[in-house]
Amino acid sequence: MEKKERSESLKLEYEVLKDDFARAGEASSNIKKVLRQLGIDAQIIRRVAIATYEAEINIVIHSEGGKITLYIYPDCIQIIAKDAGPGIENIELAMKEGYSTASHKVRELGFGAGMGLPNMKKCSDEFYIDSKKGDSTTVTMVIYMN
Amino acid sequence: MKLKEIAALVDAECLTGQCFLEDEVEAAFGCDLMSDVLAFIKGKTLLLTGLTNPQVIRTAEMLDIHAILFVRGKKPDEEVIRMARENNMVLMTTKHILYTACGILHRNGLPGVPISEVKK
Repeated sequence: MEKKERSESLKLEYEVLKDDFARAGEASSNIKKVLRQLGIDAQIIRRVAIATYEAEINIVIHSEGGKITLYIYPDCIQIIAKDAGPGIENIELAMKEGYSTASHKVRELGFGAGMGLPNMKKCSDEFYIDSKKGDSTTVTMVIYMN
Repeated sequence: MKLKEIAALVDAECLTGQCFLEDEVEAAFGCDLMSDVLAFIKGKTLLLTGLTNPQVIRTAEMLDIHAILFVRGKKPDEEVIRMARENNMVLMTTKHILYTACGILHRNGLPGVPISEVKK
């Protein structure tokens, strides 16, 4: 999907570090606070918060690090989670509830149940995932304001 | 059910958020899997869990969960309690195991998250 570039958007961007379990969720927490300050509907904030948090956790546990970028438009919020690899071998499998490649350490934290990507999709009105093994993964999600 | 009633029923110690014990929850969800918590919880829900890491607080924050009951006598460290305090959450701990704590609360009228939410 083309990245929307409209003048009336507000952009938020956060760096997410690989294996930074202690700070995982900070970006999503900040995003949630900004959306609340903007007076956005609580149900929309909740969906954005879950989607960004799942994306952030995924970047921390599965990738070499990455970025979460939000574009806030009057009619929708676009979330782009892009990492620096290593890519997903089988996207269809990764989208299946219960399928996970997470480590034991990640499971001890309460994640790695194979619910992340399906839950991100469930929270979004539009969901795109672009990845290939040995390359980066980009997840783009759009949540409509109404 | 009021949080102070919950605390009394499971003989819980309040770790932070004493001033919110008059607040009410409509349902409860008992789970050590934050992935499932993120997928299934909606509304004013009490989370019962044996996990005490910072991600429990972050997960609760994302879902607007304001009350967490730690089971099996677990207590999070100060940093986790501070995070919860910043988010105006109530943290409580009970010596009961998850099954027993859930059983006591359910028997006394606090329902689980509706199965319709879980199946979605």
